[in-house]
Amino acid sequence: MRTPLIRSGAALAATAALTLPTAAALVLTTAPALAGPPPPATREELAAPTPSPGAATVTKAGTSFLTATGIAAGQPVRVGASTGDHLYWSFPARAGQIHEITGTVSFPKGRTGASTWTVEVFDGLRRRQACTAGAQAPTATASATSVALGCTLRQVRSWAEPWSADPLPGTYYVRLSVVDLPEPDLGLPIDVDLLVSDVGDGDAPADDGELKAPLVPNTKAGTVLTGEPAAAPAEEEDDESFLTGWLPEVSSRWIWTTAGGVLAAVAGVVGFALTRRPRRP
Amino acid sequence: MLGGPAPAWADEETPAEPPRVELVLDVSGSMRARDIDGRSRISVAQQAFNEVVDALPEETQLGIRVLGATYKGKDKKVGCQDTQQIVPVGQVDRTQAKAAVATLRPTGFTPVGLALRSAAQDLGTGATARRIVLITDGEDTCAPPDPCEVARELAAQGTKLVVDTLGLAPDEKVRRQLLCIANATGGTYTAAQSADELTGRIKQLVDRARDTYTAAPAVVGGSARCPDAPLLAPGVYTDREQFSEHRWYRVPVRPGQELRASVSIALDRPVNPDYGVLLRATAPDGRELVRGVDAGSGRTDVVSAGLRWSAAADSDDADEGETPSPAPGDSGATPTTVCLVVSNALAPRPGTRATPGMPIELTVDVVASSPAPGGPDLGRGWVLLMLLTLAGLLTGLVAGLLTRWWVATWREN
Repeated sequence: MRTPLIRSGAALAATAALTLPTAAALVLTTAPALAGPPPPATREELAAPTPSPGAATVTKAGTSFLTATGIAAGQPVRVGASTGDHLYWSFPARAGQIHEITGTVSFPKGRTGASTWTVEVFDGLRRRQACTAGAQAPTATASATSVALGCTLRQVRSWAEPWSADPLPGTYYVRLSVVDLPEPDLGLPIDVDLLVSDVGDGDAPADDGELKAPLVPNTKAGTVLTGEPAAAPAEEEDDESFLTGWLPEVSSRWIWTTAGGVLAAVAGVVGFALTRRPRRP
Repeated sequence: MLGGPAPAWADEETPAEPPRVELVLDVSGSMRARDIDGRSRISVAQQAFNEVVDALPEETQLGIRVLGATYKGKDKKVGCQDTQQIVPVGQVDRTQAKAAVATLRPTGFTPVGLALRSAAQDLGTGATARRIVLITDGEDTCAPPDPCEVARELAAQGTKLVVDTLGLAPDEKVRRQLLCIANATGGTYTAAQSADELTGRIKQLVDRARDTYTAAPAVVGGSARCPDAPLLAPGVYTDREQFSEHRWYRVPVRPGQELRASVSIALDRPVNPDYGVLLRATAPDGRELVRGVDAGSGRTDVVSAGLRWSAAADSDDADEGETPSPAPGDSGATPTTVCLVVSNALAPRPGTRATPGMPIELTVDVVASSPAPGGPDLGRGWVLLMLLTLAGLLTGLVAGLLTRWWVATWREN
């Protein structure tokens, strides 16, 4: 969100030819605040439709939701596996992003029949995510040496009602597997290439709300409680000051609205000037 | 303000114990066959083991168990007890391990079931997942116990145990058996037809044991009704559910908090090709709050569903008659107990055993709820700018015209 904000701020400043100290200050203050969930320190924040230059290739895959291998957008994956394996990866997503997953499964050995492959995406709550484009479940003929898969996800929203299944910021899981094949082909070696890329144009999401905690699954072993928890001690009033109660959230809307006000003032002066009679000679 | 609670990916702690993996190698008579790149199966396996031992990650504790390695006789009863651990699970002494592997000669029977059971004992119990890599070229010759039943029984015993299988012979019966073992434990099956494939795969599996061993989920037993269901704190749980069974759990959720739950049910045995899973959250009085559902068809490992539910959104409804926003510290902090029920739409194929139930994995999290945003107080976009500019221009024009008119009137008077 940082980029679109700065971009829109810059565009505004350039178009209106205005140097607004307030707008500049807003950009400075909002940029870190709007950065969303802090990404893991080890993962690079890269967003490109092709493998990001310098991104290390991931050569691993997990075999379940809990053991999914973490990757970042723009980081290519290349892993050898066996036909029939269910391969899992996970990647972090932030509001406003649109992710495209492209993959290729190549078959170094001959197979006895056609097989259908699929790439499925789940959010942090393991809810199935729809693909808006891409060959999600292609069939490879018996003689094919490779098959290409693809899935473009919906734009990640910044807020959605709890009852909806809209894509939200957090962890996403990618599962690549074969759904239909002749049984003798199970266990044969395959090579899998996968790339998750952020193809969003950087536009901020249309929503105003904000998810307090990203959909990142809690992976710790649970504990069974022995008794009903008592009523919690009165929650201390959070440290929100009076102003934050009614002032709208820090967002690019502040810049747009301020710029609009300035433009209106300038236009008002221009309009006023137009009505003045030309000075008498 | 925007950060909220620290996301879980920031504090992924490494479990206290090292990853543990055991290689189980079939050294039965059939391993003599020279059909892998013109070499005997056993020599290929020995070479692969040497390379794996050389490349072993420092922290991984590896053990090696063999079956059918010593008994040369024909007595099936004795031959089917023939399994030994030649390298105990622990820090590997590379020279010693290689020497032990080098002396192996293809000999006896194939007691796969017994070897799996012993391997599970070798690995012991603990808080993390354990992995067994089974390398065999032949069907079990000692059933009962049927190795697949043994695998299912071991997987149901509480310790998280994954059996990955490697088949050295392109034989249908072997493949079926190894697939069954792998499916029952959430492992993988590989048909290794060259030395490189075998070595690469074993290395990959040993690495995977290190990379993906996580704290195993807590074992919980869901009940048949909500009131006596186990009360769960946030975390990951595992349970077993049979066909058409309902399992209930309870989670306390305070006002201002959001419940997040997801469930995966593993298809660890042959089931009919169409299936589904349903996760419902209900109030204690049975009212449904929200549901998560997923269905599919075809080959898969797990079918999953998830849901979110926020307590604050329901408060008007729950304490009707009271003020919509309960006073903080008063009734406001009393947790609502939400019941979660997991049910499945899986159907067994003829001959599929119903017990033990299929493994389910339940994740529960309770986080700060995200209130619905109000209407925006500010605007955004080029249309807004145009509108404001136009309004400014019109205001300026009107103001200018009024001023002219007023000045003119004032001058006349």
